[in-house]
Amino acid sequence: MASSASALIPCGQFKTDYRKDTTIFPTPASRSFAIAGVLLLCLVPLKFGNFELLSLYQLNLLIQIGYYGIAALGLNILVGFTGQISLGHAAFFGFGAFASAWLNNRWGIPVFWAIPLAGLMTTFVGMLFGIPAARIKGLYLAIATFAAQFILEDFFARANWFTGGSNGTLAQPFSLFGLEVSGDRHFFYVVLTYVVLLYVLAANLLRSRDGRAFVAVRDHYLSAEIMGINLTRYRVMSFGVSSFYAGVGGALFGHYLSFVSTESFTILLSIQFLGMVIIGGLGSVMGSMLGTMFMVLLPESIQWLSQSAGEVFPAMTEGLAFIKEGAIGLAIVLFLIFEPEGLAHRWKLIKASWKLSPFSY
Amino acid sequence: MNFELLLQLVVNGVIVGTLYGVVAMCFVLIYKSTQIVNFAQGEFLLIGAWVCWWLLTSMQVPFWLGFPLTLVFMMAFGVLLQLLVLRPMIGEPIISVIMVTIGLSIFFQAMMKWMFGVFAKPFPEVFTTRSVNVLGLNVQTPYIMSMLVSLVIMVGFAWFFKFSRLGLAMRATAFNQQVAQSLGISVRTVFAMSWAISAVVSALAGVVVAMVNGVSSALSFFGIKVFPAVILGGLDSIVGAIVGGLIIGVLENVAEFVDGQYLHLGNLYTVAPFYALVVILMIKPYGLFGTRQIERI
Repeated sequence: MASSASALIPCGQFKTDYRKDTTIFPTPASRSFAIAGVLLLCLVPLKFGNFELLSLYQLNLLIQIGYYGIAALGLNILVGFTGQISLGHAAFFGFGAFASAWLNNRWGIPVFWAIPLAGLMTTFVGMLFGIPAARIKGLYLAIATFAAQFILEDFFARANWFTGGSNGTLAQPFSLFGLEVSGDRHFFYVVLTYVVLLYVLAANLLRSRDGRAFVAVRDHYLSAEIMGINLTRYRVMSFGVSSFYAGVGGALFGHYLSFVSTESFTILLSIQFLGMVIIGGLGSVMGSMLGTMFMVLLPESIQWLSQSAGEVFPAMTEGLAFIKEGAIGLAIVLFLIFEPEGLAHRWKLIKASWKLSPFSY
Repeated sequence: MNFELLLQLVVNGVIVGTLYGVVAMCFVLIYKSTQIVNFAQGEFLLIGAWVCWWLLTSMQVPFWLGFPLTLVFMMAFGVLLQLLVLRPMIGEPIISVIMVTIGLSIFFQAMMKWMFGVFAKPFPEVFTTRSVNVLGLNVQTPYIMSMLVSLVIMVGFAWFFKFSRLGLAMRATAFNQQVAQSLGISVRTVFAMSWAISAVVSALAGVVVAMVNGVSSALSFFGIKVFPAVILGGLDSIVGAIVGGLIIGVLENVAEFVDGQYLHLGNLYTVAPFYALVVILMIKPYGLFGTRQIERI
């Protein structure tokens, strides 16, 4: 029965209050699994003499998945949970990267504090661009954020004091209590901490009053307004939360690469973020991570493929950059046609078929 | 104040603006009849221009034959695209539809770069004279032709939607799909045809621009510049698209003039339309001629 701490979900609904219905993990066992997974990830960068669990290259991919995953989660809160479309997420991601480097270089704020502060600064900018969202929605909002992307990109190229203009800006490595965190093996823990923290935060936000308001605005904004939800407030707030995630992700990106160039945050990156969210599954916290993994690993697997097939088809190695770019577009189109609910949905189906096997219901 | 320069820029603006108007018209055509926002409009220009370039240079086909062949190809392309990709998207939420066209635009752009390279290639000379003097101003021949072609297209569109059977069917579908269907109009044909017409006319514009600037992926930027134009004119108004295109074309050239003479910011030419776009969305989101959406509970 539900009261016994069974590892399995009982057949049927035995929940007696809302608290049980809104837990992040359905069973104590799944929570233990998640914690075990995080602990396992902590072991990943370790190195015993000559033996290493993951090569630096693989670790680099994991770190990329980490900071992009944070930004993708932010976009999912905006697009998947509140139903607002943003085509300018890369600009906010970039703003976070520049803001953190600027706070550190110009004002001498330690990187440890600069990252969350950069998140807050990006929140402010995001809310500024979110104000039109109070008036317009759907398609018009998509076009407005599209314009925001170009305006912010232009601002990055122009604002020498903030971004270093066309030269870009240097970002100092992360440091904690005066100890410099150098190298991928150490930085991995920083990213992991942020990922766990922000994902738990988002999962909790979405089962709170504000989170339910977001979903209500998405599902039927007129009904939501009639029930007393302040539309303007929640739309702007959603933009703010999403920009905070983008800002923190961007700041981590900047301090990881230790150099931020004005040309990294193009419309293509914005579209990649949207692709992560759509491929992962709109309105799913875990889906954001799955989608990010897919989007980061897709170009890598194409690279690997072209290296193996390059001898047979030399055209594949020549046009590698374009194939990678095209694959992103193609993946988005194919997912929308054949699996519009994303990987999270597919994962649920797989889980269900395992659980129900050999019966189909 | 340099009046001659200003005048030249305004004339340029009008010429480029008519082209924006034509592309915006294609965009509106698709939006009006199928309710799909086509972020891949610029890629239609690009594909059309590359196909024509390929026929003319690699295949050595004369212009009078190569150009119609390009248009036929684009027609088939538009229909196929609608059949294979856009038809499954009918009834999906707006974010999915937008993302499909964005995905297509990335895909096509990458494929074009892969096939034809990233560098601009000059278009073979079609006209013997490069530029003519109109009222003391230097205007390139392809631009004059583009003006003429654009005017012909606009008149053609007006005739098409007022008198032709298919045009009337399209308008009926745009007005109300279910009613149109019950009157015996094949909505599928209308959808396919609107994509085909849009692709053909965009390709035409693409070839014209390519004659002046050469063929490169910069052509697809036309598809992005279309957004300020259509929002200004109203998303579902053909007249609005033309007016919006003209205004945006003149605006960016005037912005360049003001920038070059007084402000010296640089790059205002590309960004000014987007500032205009945000302002329009804030004060008049349905544009000059667009229908206001009213929601009833």
